[in-house]
Amino acid sequence: MPDVSNSATRSASLQLVWLSIAATLGFALLMVLLSWASALTGSGPSTLNAIDAESGTLTLQLSTEPPQLDSTRATDSVSIMVLGHVMEGLLRFDANNQLVPGVAERWEIREDGATFWLREDARWSDGLPVTAHDFSFAWHTALAPETASEYAFILYPLKNAEAINTGSLPIDALGVHAVNDRVLEVEFEQPLAYFEELVAFPTYNPIREDFYRNRDGRYGADVEDLLYNGPFEMTVWVHGAHLRLEKNTHYWDHERVRLNVIDIPYFTTDTTAALNLYKDGQIAIVDYLGAEQLDEVLQQRWELQRFGDGSVWFLAFNFDPSRVTSNWHLRKALQLVTDPSELVNRIIKMPGNLPGESLFPVWLQGIDGFFRQEYPAPQITLDADAAREHLRLAMEELGLDEPPSLALLVDDTPGAGRQAEYFQNLYGTQLGIDIRIDRQIFKQRLAKMQSQDFDLATYGWGPDFADPLTFGELFASWNPNNNGRFSNQAYDQSVRLAQSSLDPRIRMDAFGRQQEILSEEVALIPNYERGRVYIKDRRLQGVVRRAVGPDPDFTNAYIVENP
Amino acid sequence: MTELSLTAADFERITVERRVQTIARPSLSYWRDAWVRLKANRRALASLYIVIALLFFTVVGPWVWTVDPTAQDLDQLSTPPGADRRAQIVEPYVPWNGVFTAINEPPAETVRATAEIRLAEPASTQAVRLVWAPVLGASGYRVYRNVYDPAPDDAVGLPLAEIYDPRQVSYEDLLDLTPTRYWYSVIATDRNGREAEEYTTLAVDTIRVITAAEAQTRGLVDLESPLSLGDEVRVSFHPLGTDYLGRDMLARLMYGARVSLFIGIIAPFFFVLTGILYGSAAGFIGGRVDQVLMRFADFVVALPFLLFMILFKIAFGIGPGESGVVPMLVALVVLSWPATARLVRGQILQIREEAYIGASQLLGAKTHYLILRHMIPNTVGVVLVTLTFAVPTVIFVEAFLSFIGMGVAPPTPSWGSMCNEGIQTMLNHPHELILPAALISLTVLAFNLLGDGLRDALDSRMRSRE
Amino acid sequence: MYAYALKRLIQGVVTVWFIATATFIAMHSVPGDPLLNERGVNEEIRRNLEERYGLDRPIFDQYLIYMSNMVKGDFGISFTQQNRSVNDIIREHFPVSAALGVLAIVFAGLGGVLWGALTALYRNRLPDVIVMFLVILGISVPSFVIAALSQLALVGLNGFVGFSVLPVAGWGSILHMLIPSLVLGLGTMAFLTRLMRSSMLEIVNADFIRTAYSKGLPPTRVFIKHQLRNAILPVITVLGPAIAAITTGGFVVELVFAIPGLGRFFVQAVQQLDYTVIMGTTVFYGAFLVFMVIAVDLLYGLIDPRVRLK
Repeated sequence: MPDVSNSATRSASLQLVWLSIAATLGFALLMVLLSWASALTGSGPSTLNAIDAESGTLTLQLSTEPPQLDSTRATDSVSIMVLGHVMEGLLRFDANNQLVPGVAERWEIREDGATFWLREDARWSDGLPVTAHDFSFAWHTALAPETASEYAFILYPLKNAEAINTGSLPIDALGVHAVNDRVLEVEFEQPLAYFEELVAFPTYNPIREDFYRNRDGRYGADVEDLLYNGPFEMTVWVHGAHLRLEKNTHYWDHERVRLNVIDIPYFTTDTTAALNLYKDGQIAIVDYLGAEQLDEVLQQRWELQRFGDGSVWFLAFNFDPSRVTSNWHLRKALQLVTDPSELVNRIIKMPGNLPGESLFPVWLQGIDGFFRQEYPAPQITLDADAAREHLRLAMEELGLDEPPSLALLVDDTPGAGRQAEYFQNLYGTQLGIDIRIDRQIFKQRLAKMQSQDFDLATYGWGPDFADPLTFGELFASWNPNNNGRFSNQAYDQSVRLAQSSLDPRIRMDAFGRQQEILSEEVALIPNYERGRVYIKDRRLQGVVRRAVGPDPDFTNAYIVENP
Repeated sequence: MTELSLTAADFERITVERRVQTIARPSLSYWRDAWVRLKANRRALASLYIVIALLFFTVVGPWVWTVDPTAQDLDQLSTPPGADRRAQIVEPYVPWNGVFTAINEPPAETVRATAEIRLAEPASTQAVRLVWAPVLGASGYRVYRNVYDPAPDDAVGLPLAEIYDPRQVSYEDLLDLTPTRYWYSVIATDRNGREAEEYTTLAVDTIRVITAAEAQTRGLVDLESPLSLGDEVRVSFHPLGTDYLGRDMLARLMYGARVSLFIGIIAPFFFVLTGILYGSAAGFIGGRVDQVLMRFADFVVALPFLLFMILFKIAFGIGPGESGVVPMLVALVVLSWPATARLVRGQILQIREEAYIGASQLLGAKTHYLILRHMIPNTVGVVLVTLTFAVPTVIFVEAFLSFIGMGVAPPTPSWGSMCNEGIQTMLNHPHELILPAALISLTVLAFNLLGDGLRDALDSRMRSRE
Repeated sequence: MYAYALKRLIQGVVTVWFIATATFIAMHSVPGDPLLNERGVNEEIRRNLEERYGLDRPIFDQYLIYMSNMVKGDFGISFTQQNRSVNDIIREHFPVSAALGVLAIVFAGLGGVLWGALTALYRNRLPDVIVMFLVILGISVPSFVIAALSQLALVGLNGFVGFSVLPVAGWGSILHMLIPSLVLGLGTMAFLTRLMRSSMLEIVNADFIRTAYSKGLPPTRVFIKHQLRNAILPVITVLGPAIAAITTGGFVVELVFAIPGLGRFFVQAVQQLDYTVIMGTTVFYGAFLVFMVIAVDLLYGLIDPRVRLK
């Protein structure tokens, strides 16, 4: 190959290359200088570290941007967490997860209704007082069919609430009245043992009518479209990019709030990114740790915390008569080979998860102590031979020559996939049942569950309020969330009893009975009660985690200089 | 100067010798010439061997290494290659009732350190059973476990359990036990639920154990030889380690190769072919036809990928848990050809103006002859680059599609989906990611080198240099 | 030239209309209900929800309404981010993706052209082998891994140096953009390198180059005006859709670096079957892509005068 042109070209291109390398290095140097300079001057939130004791600032990361801050319509955990910081209801949960007075100073619960007396110094962030009318308006709005609130059902204990929500009665038929600015009268549809628990839920938060109407349908859309009566108020909201909460000086109990600012400049669902931010000293908490990240955390010698998020996860069956899973022997066969302990300890591998034994989790209160201590869950002894016998009987009854093939509906998350593959292998090797894994993304999975297009499904249920009923009524035949359409008369009766009775003994007995029925009928196979592990900067104290209600809760948090 | 008068007789006829220029070597056609060049290129030859080796690995491999890629060896989760395989025979697991103390003192404001932590029985991967001396005034205990020594800075590690009953002075750990050294710390809590300042730590070495029944069912021992407690056996051998569900990596890579290589070779071939034909037609014909064709290509590119993938899945009627390899192939081809078409069209637009095209047309060449014989071979460079880049892209797209249920269904592996899964344990168990990624890299490298060699051999512009 | 550009723009509009229609049909054919959520709701609420989002009307009516709104520039309200209009979402998040994408393209383009030219000139020698190796690595390692590793490297760098050289994640300054856009552009850079190399190899040995040298032209001028200019055409071809692809496909990078771009919202929208966001974003992206392609085609005519665009 003739070299003349090549070497000449080469020298020319070399010049260019050197030029570009020099340019890049110069650029990089400039960047380094810039960042060093900005670190010195300390301007802007990006230079603040996770915890700034002087200014009382806490920096965090959230998984998504809160999709709905209108308290009448919020359903997801992020929105509820934010609402828990910027709003307050009649009652609230304190640092020990006990119900304490919020906007209401005192209250009285009777069989037919309740009365709440509001405190004088409860204020909105624009200085005006929080009145009983604000609560009445909010509750009316939440139940109005036009609002289409998915949590409207939580207001159903109120008189005529359900009828209004289904459109049979006009909205002013609601049994809620503001007697005057300070007193709220409530009538019940039927006697309710756990109304106090419900009132702390965000859907029961107050909304001021004139402000709501003023926003022209945009209530909750941006910073200026909300009024705050809670410990914090939002000062910055750049969607998906930056959320900033600052201490609300108008809050009546502002003395108990020790943080000044909660800054959230990072939104991502990627826990590895969050971990990197934590390592870089930019955020103070990493929630939702996965099993794979534990080793890194241990190596870094960070402090791990755990808490049970209160949810129960189980295998749900399709009880439609056309499906093989409606056959009791088949379900029994599956139950007798499923070892939740193996699932929790070998597959999920996260501390904090408890092997599932019942629909009702361990943290529920019973009459005097824990429900599961007073009413222990029926114990299942695993027996592969008996299981095969049940399978044989099932095949006889169903008229099958071979073990059936079942579709297992799961989420598209990696963890769900792992569990699905485990079950596939388990049932395949122990019983010869072929499991087809039906992996769907969110909306499709919901659609399939609703339309009963599955045989088995992994399902999780988180509590709406701290009473066994939130789990018990899941399998009531009228519940739209009972996707498998399990229907048992004795069970339904027991649920109705628990709903209407006020006697703790009667109610707890009913729940015990429900627990037995579910186990006998093999209505579900409990897998685990979920617990989470998270890491938190040691300088941050007083963070409250909850199974029910806004979680995590920083309203009582404070900064310690030298832990 | 004297004048010469020449007549016809002055000229003698020279003998006409028919000495034709002898060609030193036999005449070669375009293709045979290309093959010769390719063989001479050592790098290309090496890559060809690599490709053949990969195909061998794929096709013959499973006959040689007959381990089932779906078998889950739950005793060896995520083990790296070359891990220790010894295991001891023990009795099957029996639930433990724990140890409770009779002492019942009311919880106090402060509590002392826990003491006398010991193992109730030898620690193994089946269970670790701890017992400790009761602490007076404790309202409960917390048990922590770390794989590093907690000393100097109290890094006690994973919070395993919170015990609320002060009478319970034992704990059984079943969580993800591997044969390693653990440090267990037990801390007493006071009346307010706060942990004591001081605590004790116990270092525990666990050994891998297996029950006799398990050893026999898995075929680890001969059925005749009797097994007694304490005997040592070796658990299944996994030359490349296992994945997060204990499945053999080597077997999975072999089976995964079938899917990945099949898709990775066939799909790019088809969509590049489509792109070439489409793009050259558009580029050459030009005018209105070109505009329409290109606008359609733009249209295809702008469609949202995920949405249409789901649509295809429905349209092809892929049920839950079924493998839809052919539909995936079709979908990939249908949605990926525009980029190649555009590239080829660009090249054609350039080449169209070259002199030899005009000359050929003057000689009476038809359109299709021009396209096939002159233009397309001159786009070889661009086409080969696209092809070689298409391979890894397609493998990863296939991984994504399998993820949403469009490709291979679990437990069938593919290299792409193995990478997906390996990403999550990247830091702890790198072998789960490195192995499939290395194989993908190898494939890509081989195809790149091969592509280079082919281009050198086929491209006329390169060949004009001798 | 202008007539051509105008003609292309009109065709672009038609193409976008087709894209919108196809997406509309696809969206409504995919099973799943955008109004379904974890908690079931009663009939009355369901009816109200449908009315609010206009889902109670027959499909064709929905289509007409949607199209007429779109012409006016109104893409509707998001189903999931219930208080934000799609216009707002695009307006607030697209500039982020665009900025990231443009910087990525700059990196990819500069890098690709430079490295490609370099390896072509040093064919089969050390620089070629090294760059080739990096290119192979770059494309056979999934983008997710590269992003995660680079973030890890940043953390390590910051820890080693003692102060925050570059932010590990987040958005707000040009410093936040550097590493993410580099990661984003890596794949395209690798492709462009190879492409450039391939076309350079063909040009370098061409006759007209030798002619240019023998005419006495300075090497730099030959390099830029003749070699680069001819070899760069395939690169330009790819650049148009690459810009569009990078701007719209930054999902992984946006996730790992917590960048509030449009890519994340789009993927989320598909998973949640948020009809309005899907439609709005697809149409917007489609228009953007079409515009890019037109720009590239016009650029073609500028660079290579032989290419006559009819």
